[in-house]
Parts: sequence; C-alpha cells; structure tokens
Amino acid sequence: MMSGFLKQFTESYLAATGLVIVFMVVIGALFGQWLIPFDPDAQNIMLRLKPPLFSGPTGLHLLGTDALGRDIFSRLVIGARVSLLVGVASVVISGVVGVTFGLIAGYEEKYAGRFLMAVTDIQLAIPFLVLALAVAAVVGPSLWNIIAILGLTNWVQYARVVRSEVLALRRREYIQAAHTMGISVPMILIRHLLPNVMSTVIVISSLLVAKMILFESSLSFLGLGVPPQTPTWGTMIADGRNYVGNAWWVATFPGLSIFLTVIGINLIGDRLRDMLDPRLRQMEG
Amino acid sequence: MAAFVLSRLFYAILVVFGVSVAVFFLIRMGGDPTSLFLPPDAPVAEIERFRHLMGFDRPLLEQYLAFLGKALRGDFGMSLRYNEPAMALVLDRAPATLALSGSALALSIVIAVPLGIMAAAFRGTVIDRASLVISLIGQSFPAFWLAIMLILLFSETFRILPPSGRGTWQHLIMPSIVLATYSTAIITRLLRSSMIEVLQADYIRTARGKGLSEWRIVMKHGLRNAAIPTITVIGLQVGALLGGAVITEEVFAYPGIGRLAIQAIANRDFTVVQAFVIVMSITIVTINLLVDLSYGLLDPRMRKA
Repeated sequence: MMSGFLKQFTESYLAATGLVIVFMVVIGALFGQWLIPFDPDAQNIMLRLKPPLFSGPTGLHLLGTDALGRDIFSRLVIGARVSLLVGVASVVISGVVGVTFGLIAGYEEKYAGRFLMAVTDIQLAIPFLVLALAVAAVVGPSLWNIIAILGLTNWVQYARVVRSEVLALRRREYIQAAHTMGISVPMILIRHLLPNVMSTVIVISSLLVAKMILFESSLSFLGLGVPPQTPTWGTMIADGRNYVGNAWWVATFPGLSIFLTVIGINLIGDRLRDMLDPRLRQMEG
Repeated sequence: MAAFVLSRLFYAILVVFGVSVAVFFLIRMGGDPTSLFLPPDAPVAEIERFRHLMGFDRPLLEQYLAFLGKALRGDFGMSLRYNEPAMALVLDRAPATLALSGSALALSIVIAVPLGIMAAAFRGTVIDRASLVISLIGQSFPAFWLAIMLILLFSETFRILPPSGRGTWQHLIMPSIVLATYSTAIITRLLRSSMIEVLQADYIRTARGKGLSEWRIVMKHGLRNAAIPTITVIGLQVGALLGGAVITEEVFAYPGIGRLAIQAIANRDFTVVQAFVIVMSITIVTINLLVDLSYGLLDPRMRKA
C-alpha cells in the first residue's frame, strides 16, 4: 500500500523533485558531520572572505569562506539540522495543541467553541513576528525556546480547520451510535473523530513546516533565534549582510538553501493536498 | 443589518481588549522587568524606587487595570528610551508604514488578480502552470534574504536604487517588492481556486448555453462570485503584510513602526511595544470588520443573515 502511495505521489515531477530536495536536506542534517570537508567552526583569518571554488592550503572551499575564514559549505550542511529540527518540532507542538483545541471546540460548540474562536481571532490580530520577538526577548535565545514560541503561536490554523471538520462529522450516524452505546466523549474524540481529520492534519503540517523554517530563519536573522554561535541559515545571512558589497556569496548561499528547502517541502505539501484532501485548497491564507 | 454591524463592532472591540490582555501578560511573563531597565550594578534603593515608580511592586492584575484605565484615555505611558509618549512615537511613524504596506498591497493586487483569473480561465495551460510556479516561488522566499539580494543587485551592482532610508519614491520600490512577494503568491493561488470552483457552477453552464462570450462569462459571472473569497484573503493578507513590514523595514532601514518595534524590543522599551501591538491589532481588526461588512454589499443573500 505504501509503495502504491509513493508511486502515485511521484507521478508528479514537481512532487518528486521536492522529495529529492528534502531527502538531501535530511541526509545533510542527520549525517552532515561525517560528510563535510571542514570543521564548521574552524576559523582561519588568512582565508577570510574567499570566493566560491577557492582552493586553500587545506582543500577546496566549494562555496567560499565567511568573514572569519570558516567554510560556508560545511556550515550550511550543519545548519540544516537547526532548520529541520525547529521546523518539525514546532509543528508537532502546534499540531498537538491545535488539534486538541479543534476537536474539543468542534464537539462542544457552545462554550469551548466560542471561546476558541475568540482566542484565534485575538491571535490573528497580533502581528505574529512581533509577538514571537517580544517573547524571545523576554525568555532569551535558545533552540528550545524558539521551538516552543513557534509551536505556541501557530496552532490557530489547525484548531480552525479541525473544528470545522468535527462540526460536520459530529452529526454522522456512527458518532451518534457511539454516543448511544455510552462511549465516553474523550474516547469518541480520539478513536472516532481524530482518525477522520488526520489527512487534513498531515496536509496542514507539511505546509506549516515550510513556514516554520522561514520564521526560524527570520528570528535568527534578527538575532533573537538560536544562540549566535550555532551555525544556522538565518544567522549566516545576517553575518553575510555586512559584506554583501564585496563578498556576495556569504549571504547568498544560506538564503538559497532556505529557499530550496522550503520550496521542496511546499512541493510535497501541495502534492499531499491534491491527493489526500482536495477541499483544503480553499483553506489557506 | 444594523444589528449585524453592531454585533460585529462589539466583537471587534472584544478582540482588541483580548489583545491588550495577551500582550500585557506575555511581556511580563519573564517576571519583573526592572532588571531589564536598570544597569546590573544599580543600588538596591534605586531598584526599589524604580519598581515603585513603574508600579512593578503591585499585583499584576492591579497593574493591568491601571494600564487599561490609562490606555482607554489614550495614555500608553512614556517610552523608557526616548522619554516621549509611547503612542505618539508609534503614530509618528505610522504614515511611513502605511505608505509601504499600501504600495505593497496595490502591487500584489495588480499582479495577483489578473494572474489568478487567467490561470483559472486557461486552466491546465502554460499560463496556469506558470502561475502555479510563480506563486510557489513567491511563498518560498525568506523575505529578508530577497531584500538583501535586491540590494546586492540594484544598489551595489547597478547602483540605480537607494539601499535604505525613506524620502523619494525610489526608496519605496525594493521594500514594496519584498513585502508584496508573499501576498501576491497567496492571492494568486486563492483567486485561481475560487474562480475554478465558480466556473464549474450551474449558472456558468447556463451562461455558456445562452451563447455568452467566454470573456463575459469570466468577467461578469465568474469574477463577481469569486470576489468574496478573494476579498477575505486580501483582508487576511493585510495582517500578514503589516507583520512582514516589520522585517522589511528592518532590512531597508526604513523608518516605519515595524523598525521602531524591533528597536523597542531590543531596548526592552515595553511601553512602545505595547502601543505598537495595540495600534496593529486595531488596524487588523478594523480591516477584518470592513471585509465582513463588504460581504453584505457584494452578496445580497448575506444582507439578511
């Protein structure tokens, strides 16, 4: 069944391309430390701001070096880890919070439902980046803080979509039957409603991972993401910004890495949406 | 209709009130902010005096009520850094941000609306596929990186546009492009899918049956019915645009409220952050309210609801 799914999935060239890109990024994130030619933190002042394809005394710097003489390619590969970890972990938090809220709000419309809609409207009225920046400034930059902040500020979409699905499913006969049989509400939510909203949840998640990677890079770029000594794509762009006139490669390659990764994930997400849940095309924004 | 307007208005006020609660407590989540305002070696007496002056020694709820009472009279406190009223600082910078987000929104609409309509009308053709690729690329750029690349290209290499600041219309070009990219992608996609759905409706088949030209069908029957979802998305995009303005202004050193907010956060100037968030949320909520009310104008069926 799985191979049939994969076959159908890769019938789209674009989706297959996305899968290849994401696969490469995952390999880089998981096994990068054994694949890179240089220590990503090794500084060498003699080799600062060398252009791509520069061949130094210790070997070829494929994508050049930054202002401290560190190898950009090696830092990019290691940086993939932070992007993917933040993207996936924050989406898991958002998903758990949002789906739980959505299930409850859809099932118990009167109080929980109204309360939830008000909370989502409030959150939508706060510019997200500023909210995240303010919280990041208060709690301090750390990898897990960023994951928590992104996770807890992006669950609204899950809650809204899951709620509207549950509102429709709730009136189905099998749910009414489960009720009559005396099955408890939490059990109905988890065993009978949750599986029916899962395909929607998977589609939202795949597209949200891409957004989260963009958010993380923005926060890191502004110096409020992960601690500055960690190589991440966002901080690398921030570093390179100061040399954009005389060393274009420093800011360009990390940005291309983000762009390609995000496009790869979006391609996968779009394909999943077309296959699993065509209705969702209406629900983005 | 009047009851509908009133209930929406009441709800909008409730949302802004909720925002004020959320922001007030989020900023204070890290505990007493005194240490953020004073040097680490400040004497104890000085710390106590400051805490009392700022009201930080009182219970949080009391502090919030005091904040709310003053805010309702338009007093958002003094900026701790500039020693000016926080709200005045924000409002001073608002026109710059308005100009930037306005031109970005106009740019998005000018590109996305024709592109979305054409993609739907010529579904499955090269035009349609091009629109999909464009919108996919548009929503995958990190905005701040696109900004740096544009500066690299137009300011450093060709030297035809100023890299930063505000003043002439040339200063608006690159920031508007950067800010418009994401919204353009989203509006194109959504308009395309709404148009496709509308063009499959029965009344479109009837219109075709009557022998109307394809142009008239798309422009008169299609577009009008796809307008509601489109306006909803454009309304939602205003929130995203204002949020995106924060980082765009920062990269281009554009003196709007977004850059002010980032500086305020960096300086722990929390009165300014509060004033900024309240101004933003009132703007976003007002636009959503106008969008809601416009449904009644666009769709006669909704006037009764």
